[in-house]
Amino acid sequence: MINKTIANAAEAVEDVFSNAVLMFGGFGLSGIPENSIQALLDKDINGLTCISNNAGVDDFGIGLMLQKRMVKKMISSYVGENAEFERQLLSGELEVELIPQGTLAERVRAGGAGIPAFFTPAGVGTEVANGKELREFDGKLYLLERWLKADFAFVKAWKGDTAGNLIFKGTARNFNPMMAAAGKITIAEVEELVPAGELNPNEIHTPGIYVQRIFQGKDYEKRIEQRTVAKG
Amino acid sequence: MLNKDQIAQRIAREVQNGQYINLGIGIPTLVANYIPDDLEVVLQSENGLLGIGPFPTEDKVDPDLINAGKQTITMTKGSALFNSAESFAMIRGGHVQLTILGAMEVSENGDIANWKIPGKMVKGMGGAMDLVASAENIIVAMQHCSKSGESKLLKECSLPITGIRCVKKIVTDLAVLDVLPEGGFKLLERAPGVSVEEIQEKTEGKLVVEGEIPEMRFE
Repeated sequence: MINKTIANAAEAVEDVFSNAVLMFGGFGLSGIPENSIQALLDKDINGLTCISNNAGVDDFGIGLMLQKRMVKKMISSYVGENAEFERQLLSGELEVELIPQGTLAERVRAGGAGIPAFFTPAGVGTEVANGKELREFDGKLYLLERWLKADFAFVKAWKGDTAGNLIFKGTARNFNPMMAAAGKITIAEVEELVPAGELNPNEIHTPGIYVQRIFQGKDYEKRIEQRTVAKG
Repeated sequence: MLNKDQIAQRIAREVQNGQYINLGIGIPTLVANYIPDDLEVVLQSENGLLGIGPFPTEDKVDPDLINAGKQTITMTKGSALFNSAESFAMIRGGHVQLTILGAMEVSENGDIANWKIPGKMVKGMGGAMDLVASAENIIVAMQHCSKSGESKLLKECSLPITGIRCVKKIVTDLAVLDVLPEGGFKLLERAPGVSVEEIQEKTEGKLVVEGEIPEMRFE
């Protein structure tokens, strides 16, 4: 079995360069690669294109990379929780491509699966369709969307093994599996790293073939955006 | 006039046994509180869950378990977890039978606008465009008029569109209306104490009124 283990987040991001295209797993702040983001913040790089469903919040997640002006362009579906993001967008400092969430998920999936483009009904008749090919299938209109790939994909899993196999927990899975497949170099951080052979192969969500580097994460904050509890 | 909970309560009457349902953020989320106990339905969360349960008690809060509104939740018995590409495959594939979402504007041909106010709000569309482009049955929960009193049921949407010709039914604080395939809002029910004339006056798009319009009842 090929051993993908590296020491820590700093080693994971060592060769990330300015103007690179990066993917980040996570939905809201759930399932984001906290350790890798922190390590990227410690690097002197900028001009990054970040593909992530959301842009973090002002003081956590990708929001911190925006504060540090490391990001040139965001490709996301929903960015509503981040005032600095909105400020940079309205002032023109930040380039933003907003795309429907299902289209984002499928574009990333397509990137990892070697499918250069596909037709989807999402966005027909809206500004999302501007400049894109429309085609009718069985009486309904669809628009052509292209794959997304990245120089580096950062994902976060619950458990992983030294061969790079990953298991996610709850809804922290979200975009992580597709992004793992769509990165030229995929870096997985996990809450629990075990030797190859200890995870049940029947339960693997992301096979290790997609993962180039894996490390044992630490100090997970797992911040909650909307803490809603039952009364009584 | 209906309050938000009453709008949710009225929409819950449209829910049928055995349905897989996606509830949007805001009033639609409240619909879950009013689905009768004898109906078996499954709520879908587009980040990757079938089987949304109630909010957790304090000791059960799990940051790895949230709904599409990023609220902490629980799972019902028989839940399934999956990735977001699979989630939207089941949405686009027509497997989710009912979608309930909010709107800023709806037009008389069923167009919906709910994702952007140019120059003011740039939050993004999230999963709304995928949902409205795919769902067979879309019910909208909304206020009939803006805070300044302008109708939000229009001939044509003035805001950027989320999807075209997709809304089937609307429940507002004033009325229940169907969107007719040939265009127009067909008035089905009035909120308690609201007259047909008031609804007419507050609906900019074409309103179709046939016969007596019953008043909604709430227990």
